[in-house]
Amino acid sequence: MVMLAETTDIQDRSIRAARVTQGLALALAVAGLASIGSGATGVSLFDMLDGLSAREALILWDIRLPRLAMGALVGAALAVSGALMQGLFRNPLADPGIVGVGAGAGLGAVLAIVLGGLLPATLGAWIGPQLVPFAAFLGGWAATIALYRLASRGGSVSVATMLLAGIALGALAGAVTGVLVYMADDRQLRDLTFWGMGSLAGASWAKIAASLPLIVPVLALSPLLARGLNALALGEAQARHIGIDTERLKRITILGVAASAGASVAIAGGIGFIGIVVPHLLRLATGPDHRFLLPNAALLGASLLVLADIFARTLLAPAELPIGIVTALVGAPVFLWILLQRRGIGGL
Amino acid sequence: MIRPSLASLHLGLIAGLGVAALATFALADTPKPRVVSLGGSVTETIVALGAEDLLVGRDSTSNYPESVLALPDVGYIRALSPEGVLSLTPDLILSEDGAGPVEAVAVLQAGGIPFVTMPGSFSAQGVLDKITSVAAALNLEAEGAALADKTAAGFAAAAARADAVTAPQSVLFVISLQGGRVMAGGEGSSAAGIIALGGGVNAVSGFDGYKQITDEAVIAAAPDVILMMDRGGDLALSAEDVQATPALAATPAAKAGRIIRMDGMLLLGFGPRTPDAALALNAALYGG
Repeated sequence: MVMLAETTDIQDRSIRAARVTQGLALALAVAGLASIGSGATGVSLFDMLDGLSAREALILWDIRLPRLAMGALVGAALAVSGALMQGLFRNPLADPGIVGVGAGAGLGAVLAIVLGGLLPATLGAWIGPQLVPFAAFLGGWAATIALYRLASRGGSVSVATMLLAGIALGALAGAVTGVLVYMADDRQLRDLTFWGMGSLAGASWAKIAASLPLIVPVLALSPLLARGLNALALGEAQARHIGIDTERLKRITILGVAASAGASVAIAGGIGFIGIVVPHLLRLATGPDHRFLLPNAALLGASLLVLADIFARTLLAPAELPIGIVTALVGAPVFLWILLQRRGIGGL
Repeated sequence: MIRPSLASLHLGLIAGLGVAALATFALADTPKPRVVSLGGSVTETIVALGAEDLLVGRDSTSNYPESVLALPDVGYIRALSPEGVLSLTPDLILSEDGAGPVEAVAVLQAGGIPFVTMPGSFSAQGVLDKITSVAAALNLEAEGAALADKTAAGFAAAAARADAVTAPQSVLFVISLQGGRVMAGGEGSSAAGIIALGGGVNAVSGFDGYKQITDEAVIAAAPDVILMMDRGGDLALSAEDVQATPALAATPAAKAGRIIRMDGMLLLGFGPRTPDAALALNAALYGG
């Protein structure tokens, strides 16, 4: 009887998860349409339906669509990276920051902002405005590789060492960042502050094209890691016993997170909250099974960031609010409220 | 002392005419262009040219004169929202150097809106260049020439006063006192520029822009005068704040009670009011 009850429970869950997936896909579509149809100029979807004027074409193709695409891409990448990290570290507080992506990318960005002027003129002109995203991506990637090396011994990666080394590396990156902040002038300081709060205002098709090959494969292939991450939840030894190559799993997961989270931090700056909260919300709704969690996280992360961006660019129009402020300001209280609602039902 | 020489004035005019050629082309059939101004000094210059009625938007650093605060604010000059600026349907955008992000500026340019970046440096010549360029971009050459002449005369008066100084006072510009630590204006900062125009000598050197300096550096600088911004309200640093900071209290300036406070945008804005600021600073330093 007990076995039977558990089976139906699992079936219920997968039916529910499939419904949640459908609902989230619908939500993303609605958020996308809302995003295309709103903005400071007041040009609406209906205005666009009856043919595009030159101005409407500019607003649609050069402003709103790139923002929508970048918001969806970054939101999905952050949420999936968060879910992958939490699965790998078996810790609900893990996020891409733990593998050094955040600290490394932050250091890269600060280096580029403060010392970018020292580059030889020819190199500076060639890489130009893409220097900050490029340096952020390199920084995130370098930090992840360094951590991975630090935590590897005899072909096996100690997740606990990686966690601790990540904290140490974060402190080191923070100190170097501090030195650079001290060297920065007024304008650079303001640039740093705005970078840290994240924004999609610099959205462009070029940035999307550059980050697409790093983010989309991770989103598309992440469900292949689901079985391994589910097994890992039982413990590393247990996962090995049921035939999971845990070392390979760890390697692929870490590199995938470094690529997708690194690319999103590079193009959109520091956007908190999505990576940690989206997987939590979904676990509350459909349980911890990564087969459902990973695709749903991509959809929910994308929808939430697209939605947050609508607020970011309309609340203070014609100015705009850094999107990291919106995600935290709106998201954190909602998340707390959900936690308090669930407390009566029992634990996470 | 910095004084606008005839030759550099001439160079400034040529630069201004280059901008004028560009902007005239764009504005040929727009008698009353809608202008968005980015940067406090550009906004001040537009208003001083009598063109305030052309303004339809400003950035968050444009806060003088008070009447421009009523205009829509497009946010910080380095974090512009392209659609936000477009929503004001401008015919022309005049900007200080460094507007961004570059993608936002590119979109605005793709929309066919002339985006003209004004020259500028923390010197008399920088202010005159800016006036000439802004006037040229707005097709207000006559008004620009008049304002430039008036401003140049102001600078000349300030320079005459500065040159007459026999014993220059050393001035420490304190921008903030966070947690008892002094943040001072170093080389190349707007504060260093105005101290020079006012006939003083910057008491600290060896670093660029605004930095926190150690207590010993403050004592070693031994300024005759401490200069601060008068921001009004709770943000203002008072003479008591200076006396309560041990390193500052030990300076000749604090002992003699020589603490000068001036309006921040007037002092550091480097717009058409800068000659007034230089004269006011000179008067505060040397009397008269």
